Amino acid sequence: MIPELGHFSLIIALFLGMILGVLPILGAARNNSVLMGVARPLAYGQFVFVSLAFSALAYAFLANDFSVLYVAEHSNSHLPGQYRFAAIWGGHEGSLLLWALFLSVWTAAVAIFSRHLPEEMVARVLGVMGLISVGFIMFMLFTSSPFTRLLPAAADGQDLNPLLQDPGLVIHPPMLYMGYVGFSVAYAFAISALLGGKLDATWARWSRPWTTVAWVFMTIGIMLGSGWAYYELGWGGWWFWDPVENASFMPWLLGTALIHSLAVTEKRGAFKSWTVLLAIGAFSLSLLGTFLVRSGVLTSVHSFAADPKRGIFILSFLVLVIGASLLLFAWRAPKVGLGGKFDILSRESLLLSNNVLLSVASASVFIGTLYPLFMDALGYGKLSVGPPYFEAVFVPLMIPMVFMMGLGPLARWKKMSVPDLARRVQWGFASALVLALILPLSMGRFLSLESNKFSAMVVLGLLMAFWIIASLVISLKQRWSGQGTFMARVRRQSMSYYGMQAAHLGMAIFIIGVTLVKGYETERDVRMNVGDTVMAGGFEFRFKGVTQTAGPNYTASTGHVLVYQDGRSLGELLPEKRQYNASGMPMTDASIQPGVFRDLYVSLGEPISESDGAWAVRVYIKPFVDWIWAGCLLMGLGGILAVSDRRYRIHKKAVLATAPQSSIHI
Amino acid sequence: MMRFILPFVLFVILSVFLYRGLGRDTAEIPSPLVGKAAPAFVLPLLHEPAKQFASKEMLGKVWLLNVWASWCSSCKDEHPLLMNFSQQHIVPVVGMDYKDKPVDGNETLKAAGDPYNLVVSDIDGSVGFNFGVYGVPETYVIDKQGIIRYKLIGPVTPQNLQKTILPMVARLQAQ
Repeated sequence: MIPELGHFSLIIALFLGMILGVLPILGAARNNSVLMGVARPLAYGQFVFVSLAFSALAYAFLANDFSVLYVAEHSNSHLPGQYRFAAIWGGHEGSLLLWALFLSVWTAAVAIFSRHLPEEMVARVLGVMGLISVGFIMFMLFTSSPFTRLLPAAADGQDLNPLLQDPGLVIHPPMLYMGYVGFSVAYAFAISALLGGKLDATWARWSRPWTTVAWVFMTIGIMLGSGWAYYELGWGGWWFWDPVENASFMPWLLGTALIHSLAVTEKRGAFKSWTVLLAIGAFSLSLLGTFLVRSGVLTSVHSFAADPKRGIFILSFLVLVIGASLLLFAWRAPKVGLGGKFDILSRESLLLSNNVLLSVASASVFIGTLYPLFMDALGYGKLSVGPPYFEAVFVPLMIPMVFMMGLGPLARWKKMSVPDLARRVQWGFASALVLALILPLSMGRFLSLESNKFSAMVVLGLLMAFWIIASLVISLKQRWSGQGTFMARVRRQSMSYYGMQAAHLGMAIFIIGVTLVKGYETERDVRMNVGDTVMAGGFEFRFKGVTQTAGPNYTASTGHVLVYQDGRSLGELLPEKRQYNASGMPMTDASIQPGVFRDLYVSLGEPISESDGAWAVRVYIKPFVDWIWAGCLLMGLGGILAVSDRRYRIHKKAVLATAPQSSIHI
Repeated sequence: MMRFILPFVLFVILSVFLYRGLGRDTAEIPSPLVGKAAPAFVLPLLHEPAKQFASKEMLGKVWLLNVWASWCSSCKDEHPLLMNFSQQHIVPVVGMDYKDKPVDGNETLKAAGDPYNLVVSDIDGSVGFNFGVYGVPETYVIDKQGIIRYKLIGPVTPQNLQKTILPMVARLQAQ
């Protein structure tokens, strides 16, 4: 009964979405305030009914209702409670429902926090979001209902994919989906600007916090996914350029470009049509990601079961949404105009180059991801590209970008003087260079490696990171100079300035992590008998053997590995090899002792000999690897700081498009 | 105003590709080679490039050909299963390291374990091309006469191993 109620709630939500997608937009066109007025109540109503549908599915999972096909396929009565809940989004149908739920959450949030916006803007934005929800709910109802019954009911479920039985699964997809769906707000703002033909600095100020919040969710979501791959796959890697990873990375790159472009549109009234195009692009890539994952056109670790009918549906939806937006763009963008003028060397031009580089980076990931598809369709045979391609294309694009990232916050709007800027940064750049050259010389001893490796890539990576930090110091020194107490001077800068600097610092931390883990990681692969030791990067690992343990729904072989450094014990690592009862699938669970400067990482390979208990054991020393995720966290924190800027909360008076001379912030 | 319509034009072209892509089923369309003789090949061994392996050495045996590469993430997915499977010694498994640098291929196997009876390296992908390899991983079941009996695109899973590959191997071995 409950699943049918869920299904019914979805149908009601569909109808509410249809009305929401038509009436308010019509009302905005005809200046009819009654029609526009229905937008908010409809948005709330849709939120209520999608939530009911979601709760119904949650109930089916928690109550082990194996007469629901989706539950029987993705759960099991022995599955621990938190994973039974997380299993809601462990498959295609349920994750779509999560998508729809978040869309209705964002829609309701826009309805609540838009009191200060013009009525027709609210009507259009909510209307566009309503139209998107129609597409997704129809997709669910027609091709992938999570409420389909299985008769007769299964005695027990087939269990959740063991890869997904991890705390990471509980929060990674929700975060990522909040990000994906959050870009729909920026998109809806862009479409409503095109429809209304009015795109100015105030429009940019309204879109900015929404875009930033979506970007924060996405950043954290990608970070969690990467961390999850790191400890769950047992390969010690943190990014595999898998099609599904790329599907989340592409909108992130465009979203990053969008955030910067919006800053220019707000401050200078420039880049208008470009900003709109980026907003359409970021959300289009989110949708495309959904298509790639669910249509089976590309094979990937994450792919959901492919069904041609679903592929056709999403593709049609994609063509409708993206095609219509781009046509609208072609038609209306000339009217919106290009915006203010700026000199060839100015903060605008630096931000424009950053935008171009980010978009090109996104395009290169796109081409690499879809390459097999293009080649096959053109009849050039079966080709695919792997990480070598991505690394070869991506890194060269990031070098100029990071260089400009340091210059941007220091440059002036409109026109900058090159000699002046060069004079201000020369010492910063020189010290970054010197540090980057010197540090690798002592890195070997610091990380207790066997030898001092000195590689050009390490120097380059460190130079980029230190350059960002140096420019940050220069900028802070400049901003904090002047009169008053130190605290007063610190407070004079806006939160969005600190947010930007925190995010840039996060990027520097991230680069340090990537550079050092790539340059200095140590890996040992050994056959270990009970009592054997292996040395890796100054650490001694002693294998004490393997014990059998039973988990709630799996049996595990747990390895006991003691770690010593200079004879001092650092504790015990317990890597596991699990065999899940219901699916029979084996899983590797690495054991990691994290540290600020290095992770100790041990995973079990295969048993080599039954008689004496020897195992293949893999040991990694991963210097600075946690800095990768710390950097991402700092980027996310930067976004949160930027959103907390008080100017987003001052709504009474529309501020003029031109920035005040005294406080220039991005 | 041409430049404003450009994004739309590019998107239309992309949609055509995506539509064509839908037609290409990545896992289920049987290869035209199924039921035909496997393309004969002679390739250097991954571990000892000086030595060569000829596919006709396998005549008279049922065997599996598993195409993989160090850069392929789905291969890592199927890897533990292959490790498990190869220890049961049911059927010889020949690995083909496809379009890969032998150094990387060797390192991957060294790091994760080697489930194969032997591994050949198909550096430029020409043998893979003859087999119609379309994305790694792929797995072929080849019978005693050297005829391809089954082709799996995508990673081996416990389901397709138990339900399809193993019964087929048992039947072919009994012939």
